[in-house]
Amino acid sequence: METNTVYLDNSATTPVDQRVLDVMLPYFNEMYGNPGSMHSKGLESQSALEESRKKIGDILNADSDEILFTGSGTESINMAIKGVAHFYGKNINKGKHIITQKTEHHAVLDSCEFLEKEGYEVTYLDVDRYGMVCVDDIRKAIREDTILVSIMYVNNEIGTIQPIEEISKICKEKKVLFHTDACQAANYLYLDVKKLGVDLLSLNGSKIYGPKGVGILFLRKGVMITPLIHGGGQERKLRSGTENIPSIVGFAKALEIAQNEKEKESERLKKLSDKLIKGILRTIPKSFLNGHPIKRIPSNVNISILDVEGEAILLYLDDLGICASTGSACTSKTLDPSHVILATGLPYEAAHGSLRFTLGRFTTEEGVDTLLEVLPGIIKELRGISPVNLRAEDFKEYLSEENKKISLKVAKNN
Amino acid sequence: MKTHVDVKATVESKKWFYNEVVREHFFNPKNLLKSEEEAEEYSKEASGIGQVGSPACGDMMKMWIKVDSETETIVECKWQTFGCASAIGSTSMLSVMLTENKGMKVEEALKIKPQDIANRLKGLPQRKFHCSVLGDKALRYAVNDYFRKSGQSDRVIVDGAKIIDKILKITDKDIEEAVLEGAVTLEDVQKKTKVGIHDKSCIPEVEQLIRFYQEKYLS
Repeated sequence: METNTVYLDNSATTPVDQRVLDVMLPYFNEMYGNPGSMHSKGLESQSALEESRKKIGDILNADSDEILFTGSGTESINMAIKGVAHFYGKNINKGKHIITQKTEHHAVLDSCEFLEKEGYEVTYLDVDRYGMVCVDDIRKAIREDTILVSIMYVNNEIGTIQPIEEISKICKEKKVLFHTDACQAANYLYLDVKKLGVDLLSLNGSKIYGPKGVGILFLRKGVMITPLIHGGGQERKLRSGTENIPSIVGFAKALEIAQNEKEKESERLKKLSDKLIKGILRTIPKSFLNGHPIKRIPSNVNISILDVEGEAILLYLDDLGICASTGSACTSKTLDPSHVILATGLPYEAAHGSLRFTLGRFTTEEGVDTLLEVLPGIIKELRGISPVNLRAEDFKEYLSEENKKISLKVAKNN
Repeated sequence: MKTHVDVKATVESKKWFYNEVVREHFFNPKNLLKSEEEAEEYSKEASGIGQVGSPACGDMMKMWIKVDSETETIVECKWQTFGCASAIGSTSMLSVMLTENKGMKVEEALKIKPQDIANRLKGLPQRKFHCSVLGDKALRYAVNDYFRKSGQSDRVIVDGAKIIDKILKITDKDIEEAVLEGAVTLEDVQKKTKVGIHDKSCIPEVEQLIRFYQEKYLS
């Protein structure tokens, strides 16, 4: 990695870990066979494929044939949602109702929207101001014709962790399938599918220091899906296409490292993110944390800063070598601010100033310190040129105690 | 590492989302009022002030102009912006266009179109075009304010334009322009102007106008 970049966008994607890259390389031009071939080169690849599947199965406490390789987290999610919907909604006519929540990733939301056009009905549940779904709302939303509940394990923007085990209990009780998008959870939380109680689970290589362009779908035995991709019948005829062996091997290695190191890494990042959150709230008036104060992954710091627009902050930071992200109007495909932030009930004017810093394996304390050093100055400058001056009093309920003090003091002085 | 009022771009080779002209105006904005105090002070001496947008919409601009009443020339133009890089860049560029070469005649200034600002910036990404529309609009309000303050209320330009979106003050002219630039659907027009995003009540009228201008110009 370049040393002069402070990369704080690890929820967007992660660099490939050297240990992962090392195991991948031989599969590009030494062990290049097609696992479907009967000759020795093919068998070499086939055993790499099956070993990877076994390794992932063990980590997830699943059988290896419950693991399907795909081309991305997005593909896994599409395959899970459309696959279940098409099988249970069309093939066996069980029903056409799906339940999800408003803060899901677009892979879930857009798949659901697509199904709505096909005549399915989707309930998009609200979340509270911390981004948590109410488990009782799920229970109430389940109907006779509900075929699937899809709730993410961890939110990609605000880092909120959902009560997956509680949700799966309800789904079991009501005999409804449960899928979880676990793409943002794999580095910090357990993935034991029996303990989680999920029927389908999606993961993505590019969020776990593995390669891009590879994902997996855990599909519990007995759960049926209609495939999206037809062809040579790979992956139990559920996902055709020659298996991407280097990436699959890399994915397995990456997941192994992430899960082995999750406790230690959580502890390390918790210290850093606490320092970052406290530092920002202490030095920047009218700023507050988005997402849940405790039930959040240790890598996520999502902050709203009033009176300034997210993109401008992002570009100033970028100029100083700090990579962050914003859910604001200007970088997304729509002109509205982040659907996740808005779903937590934050007013538009605060949502436009939201910034996401996501720490990762290569984040150092020095990087966090650099950010803390430059951010207050950038905000001061951008606030200077901004004609907006929102009242701290109007956002009291969002401000932390330590931030309230400086925010209200600044307001008074003005 | 330190940051200060004029954080300069340091790494020239680094990839950047916008072009170099926008970059320059973003990092080194011209004719800016750099604090609330400066803005308050300048308001006392300005000939006209115009403001458009709101923080809820993601863009808000305020523009101050000083007009030499003898020559009807804009001698100074100051501004403040809450917004993204293209919003800041657009307002900065507009302020330069108005004041370069000893200032622009008020009549000429009113002829500036959003496309002219975008052209001087050597282009903006399509979904950022609305930022230049807002700058242009802030200027119009500032000029009208000048007309009113200098006892020339008869010159206040409504321009045959009718305000359609009450929050963003978007007129039928803006919709006409969007259609002329190739917008076909409501969504296209919204990408360019943001019309109806916050003032949803105006959407039926906007749709009607889009059809009207399409038939007028394109059929």
